[in-house]
Amino acid sequence: MQPDWPAHVHRELAAAGVRIVGYVPDAGHKRLIELCQADRSMRAVVLTTEEEGIGLAAGAWLGGEKTVLLMQSSGVGNLVNVLGMVQVCRFPLLMLVTMRGEQGEFNPWQVPMGQTTARVLEAMGVAVRQAGEPETVAAHVHTALRLAFEAQGAAAVLIAQRVIGIKSFQEQSAQ
Amino acid sequence: MRQRRREVVKELLRERGELLVIAGLGSTAWDITAAGDSPLSFPLWGAMGQAAMMGLGLAAAQPERRVLVITGDGEMLMGIGSLATIGVQQPANLTVVVIDNERYGETGMQRTHTAEGVDLARIAAACKFKHAVTITAELGPLRELVYRTPGPNFAAVKVADEKLPLVLPPHDGVLLKARFRRALLGPKAEPETSADVLPEER
Repeated sequence: MQPDWPAHVHRELAAAGVRIVGYVPDAGHKRLIELCQADRSMRAVVLTTEEEGIGLAAGAWLGGEKTVLLMQSSGVGNLVNVLGMVQVCRFPLLMLVTMRGEQGEFNPWQVPMGQTTARVLEAMGVAVRQAGEPETVAAHVHTALRLAFEAQGAAAVLIAQRVIGIKSFQEQSAQ
Repeated sequence: MRQRRREVVKELLRERGELLVIAGLGSTAWDITAAGDSPLSFPLWGAMGQAAMMGLGLAAAQPERRVLVITGDGEMLMGIGSLATIGVQQPANLTVVVIDNERYGETGMQRTHTAEGVDLARIAAACKFKHAVTITAELGPLRELVYRTPGPNFAAVKVADEKLPLVLPPHDGVLLKARFRRALLGPKAEPETSADVLPEER
């Protein structure tokens, strides 16, 4: 039986006082989004594009609140320029990125961004932690929370496609 | 005769009290500085397209304070989707004012989409902003919108496409962030240590 990583991650976020959850949906984030939406201490903010999440998180931090951003790997490509602000201002930033374009990918158009997600983030000064197993996701989030909100850095946890376990269009559409 | 941007912004920020201000990069950052720099102003030097979203984040974190985003038409156009995101969230304390000279003022005064008739106020209205207006003459209702009217509110103020002397705010991003948080949050501005947040190592 696999651990319920979204529930563990939600607990970490709640314990750290994360109040704002910005997201562009991904099938791999479906359950975590639902947990955050159901949590009355959190405000879930649906975004039209991932870069809006950077402005949201920066503005919320100016006002004293912590934000987490949920997105899929393709969305990382939309962030590049605005990550410059995060670096220059040392805004805390925590991103949980579900991976596409890895093992089990059914859509070849997801591959180029999926294969370069970590490198793109690192090039823009974001510390990357790779969660390859369901058991390790919450621990990586725990560390990334500290990197973001104590060390005032930018951190991303990449959640591997095999953790999410989506293999086909049929499975995804049946979720 | 169109409004002059520096006069519009000065009038908006007169006796600003507890107002929190985000300004988009370029001319609007210089405009708010010309009106008088304040620790509770956050002028952007980059992140084009994110001014309105920073306003949303700030408004969500500080629901008891009024939040004003002052930005240009080019900056607003780059983040046009954020109007839809704000419309979903309905922050009652947020107003977005676009100082609309219909030009990309920092790059050679090229015409923006609004010069060709793209109507930002109608886009904001369609995105469920409570009040969305285009102002060409009297500024009267603008202060009411920013300081009192429950939002989210939007105003596009049509201004002359004049090139003005630069009035630069501090450009150290860490300083801008820290001074804003200290002025707003006091001692709570200091980042927590793990002893406060996460009591045990796992």
